Amino acid sequence: MGFKNTIAWYHFSSPKNFYPLAGRLIPWFWGAAIVLLTVGLYMSFFVAPTDYKQGESYRIIFVHVPAAWMSMFIYLVMAGYAIIGLAWKLRMAEMMASALAPTGAMFTFLALWTGAFWGKPTWGTYWVWDARLTSELILLFLYIGYMSLQSAIDDPRRASRASALLAIVGVINLPIIYWSVKWWNTLHQGASVSPTMAPKMASIMLTTMLIMSVAFWMYTIAVVLMRARRVILERERQTTWVMEMVSGESRAGSGK
Amino acid sequence: MSEFLAMGGHGFYIWTSFGVTALFMVVEVIVVKRSRRTVLKQLARLARANMRRSQGSQGQ
Repeated sequence: MGFKNTIAWYHFSSPKNFYPLAGRLIPWFWGAAIVLLTVGLYMSFFVAPTDYKQGESYRIIFVHVPAAWMSMFIYLVMAGYAIIGLAWKLRMAEMMASALAPTGAMFTFLALWTGAFWGKPTWGTYWVWDARLTSELILLFLYIGYMSLQSAIDDPRRASRASALLAIVGVINLPIIYWSVKWWNTLHQGASVSPTMAPKMASIMLTTMLIMSVAFWMYTIAVVLMRARRVILERERQTTWVMEMVSGESRAGSGK
Repeated sequence: MSEFLAMGGHGFYIWTSFGVTALFMVVEVIVVKRSRRTVLKQLARLARANMRRSQGSQGQ
């Protein structure tokens, strides 16, 4: 089994094999994302009860927490690919890292945005410079820095290497975000869900939040695979298989 | 219905949060699809140019 797995890893770490595989997987992740989002949104508004303390505004948790989790998970996965790309010079890993960044940045922004609109009715302010909010803002800057660095360097391989270093150094910010609510006296509440404690929320609310989180994961995988396919086309344009595929498609007359 | 939209006075905050999240997620997909089409078009143009060159001067 180990041997077979190794073969599969080798096989799909080549952009030529990854491209069609991703193309086949994308519709499944879209299907899962749409089903889970529908269920999750229905539960967010019609099943989950009103909170006795916060009233209805707490429902923002169903997008805020999944977005915030994604912002950190995506960064971790991106840095993982960056390390693999640096250590083994795997082109596909480099391309995956750069395909993840925009979606990670988007979820970071959304975590901040939904947090602001939850903070206003609960704390009375859209923004405070507390440790949680500030470190999440730094995460957004890390993503933006990563993407700007990549687009600033013309040679894609050098761009990948430089931005990979930035991504890896930036990992230090993740534990700071995660434990900020413990280390500092923040206005932001402590973790609602943690591996060591029983969840501090009603199970229907927790279930809804988890469904929304899985839905965001499925969305992320689908959209990142789509972006990865575009990155492959751009960066492998000189290879015969891309040229053959493109000329085949343009001869068939479909520009899709 | 309007009671549902009002969300006990928190409608503005809830709908701004959910709305902007949905908007971003939809726009991201559109942007990715569009950029893919642009790249494919560029590559197809390149491929046609290459083909013409390799076929000598019989292209238009």
